[in-house]
Amino acid sequence: MANSLWGPLDDVQGDAGYDHHPPRMGFFTDTSVCIGCKACEVACKEWNEVPDDGYELSGMSYDNTQALGASTWRHVAFVEKPVEPKPLTTTDLGLPGMGPPGAMEGGATDGDAGVRWLMSSDVCKHCTHAACLDVCPTGSLFRTEFGTVVVQPDICNGCGYCVPACPYGVIDLRKEDGRAFKCTLCYDRLKVDESPACATACPTESIQFGELSELRERADHRLAELHERGVDVARLYGRDPEDGVGGDGAFFLLLDEPEVYGLPPDPVVTTRDLGSIWKHVGAAAATMVGVGVASFLGRRR
Amino acid sequence: MSPKGGGGGGRGDRLMVPEAEFESYYGKQIIKTPTWKTPDVPLYLFLGGLAGGSALLAEGAALQDLPALEKVARGAAAAGAGIGTVFLVHDLGRPERFLHMLRVFKPTSPLSVGSFILAPFSAFSTAAFGSMVTGWFPRLGRLCGVGAAAFGPPLATYTAALVANTAVPAWHEAHRELPFVFAGSGATAAGGLAMLLTPVDQAGPARRMAVAGAALEIAAAESLTHRLGMIAEPYQQGRPGTLMRTARRMTTVAAVATLLAGRRSRLVSAVAGATCVAASALTRFGVFEAGLESARDPKYTVIPQKERLAARKAAAASGTPAG
Repeated sequence: MANSLWGPLDDVQGDAGYDHHPPRMGFFTDTSVCIGCKACEVACKEWNEVPDDGYELSGMSYDNTQALGASTWRHVAFVEKPVEPKPLTTTDLGLPGMGPPGAMEGGATDGDAGVRWLMSSDVCKHCTHAACLDVCPTGSLFRTEFGTVVVQPDICNGCGYCVPACPYGVIDLRKEDGRAFKCTLCYDRLKVDESPACATACPTESIQFGELSELRERADHRLAELHERGVDVARLYGRDPEDGVGGDGAFFLLLDEPEVYGLPPDPVVTTRDLGSIWKHVGAAAATMVGVGVASFLGRRR
Repeated sequence: MSPKGGGGGGRGDRLMVPEAEFESYYGKQIIKTPTWKTPDVPLYLFLGGLAGGSALLAEGAALQDLPALEKVARGAAAAGAGIGTVFLVHDLGRPERFLHMLRVFKPTSPLSVGSFILAPFSAFSTAAFGSMVTGWFPRLGRLCGVGAAAFGPPLATYTAALVANTAVPAWHEAHRELPFVFAGSGATAAGGLAMLLTPVDQAGPARRMAVAGAALEIAAAESLTHRLGMIAEPYQQGRPGTLMRTARRMTTVAAVATLLAGRRSRLVSAVAGATCVAASALTRFGVFEAGLESARDPKYTVIPQKERLAARKAAAASGTPAG
């Protein structure tokens, strides 16, 4: 089928061999309403029985989870960025603000005193062209009837190929277990018409679950609304089926550049270059045969 | 705490270009560092090249009736495949499930394709060596030797596809040159080991293979660093840079010594041969660790992607199709 390795692909389940299948399901994470409560992280751990990955304090922000991994399938990023304090335009109600005492003195500033907060709940992107799935040598990673990408723990032999293949750095090996794990988009819950645990737990509807086509429309409306209100920094990430991974099954509305949230700015699935890779391997192998033959030409010893 | 990023893997290295400004999430890496273990995987890359080159050498030696060379080369092919397989299985998180590698065949997964190269290669090279040592089934043994020679070059080069078919910048972006680096490195190792273990009067083909391999490897590595620009930095800086430079010096010296005195002196032949083998292993460790470095530092992920976006935007603005 055309565009199996790269480019826009309308029927991802059909491409994977499903004749009849439900619509493609996904997440739209609207980070503009995320409050950083981490209910999604907790709900995910509880429902999927994901083990703890250490109770360490990162010391870098309120984010002690730090990144997605084998035992972190939802990760709330806290971006703390210094900004120029804005002159006060509203009436000072004398409420306490952020920052150390005294930060408010010596000039009228607003309550956020020079810090801008961004929060975003990150998750596996369930790519249209999933590198993890394509490079998996055992067939452990597979495409579900919902168009999501899931690891089968009874098949995975822990070869680790999926880990460096993912352009987002989502999937990882669980050291004490040996196998690879990541978000399943709650495959078990989807099977019985339930929403994923994280979306169910989200109190602000920052995490929205539904049919991907519908989510894309909803995201377009939300983006237009924010732009109308003057929030020019708002942008959609992973929404575009023309992008390097053929669009994400889990996409985002962001308020800054993707790399600020730890996301790659222009990810491309490695299989885009698969043809070129094999072609060059073939040419190199032929060259090696040539070297071998040439070594036995001419003088016999 | 500022989320501004700035080269994580510096450690006092000299910089080829001024540090570019880019943003990151508290300087943290974006893609995951490969979980493949050292030395398991770089040794597997090396042994695959050694075994593949040796299988070629063995068949040529059989054709030209060079029994001492044939014996060494057949032994190296079988041992390289056998020991390499042990490293490959040991690297698995669940080694007892190594046969799951043969559950499916997927051209999109070089590790799957490689499993279907390694399995027949191991069988053929082991059978060919066994037949030669025992004298049993000589015709079948030769046939197996031909089989091993057919699978040898793919075994030596598919590992370049294995590392290139990832999101690791220093590996993926080098996918045009790495197969040739690996082909040259494999030939250098196979020729070198045969020079070490074979009397000089039978080692002519081994010497020529080692020198040709060295030339191929050096030329391919050189063109890699030129084409890749800043993504080639991990190959030039830090520990992988030291490994790559040391390997190149050793390869050059060994090749020159082989050309000058490899035919006359058993000692020069042996020392140069051993140097070739060691240099080939160092190259694989260098390539492997350069990939890990490029995964750990977010700049190798962010900056090229930002440049790509900017180029696309510029192309769209000027009305020409984006690349």
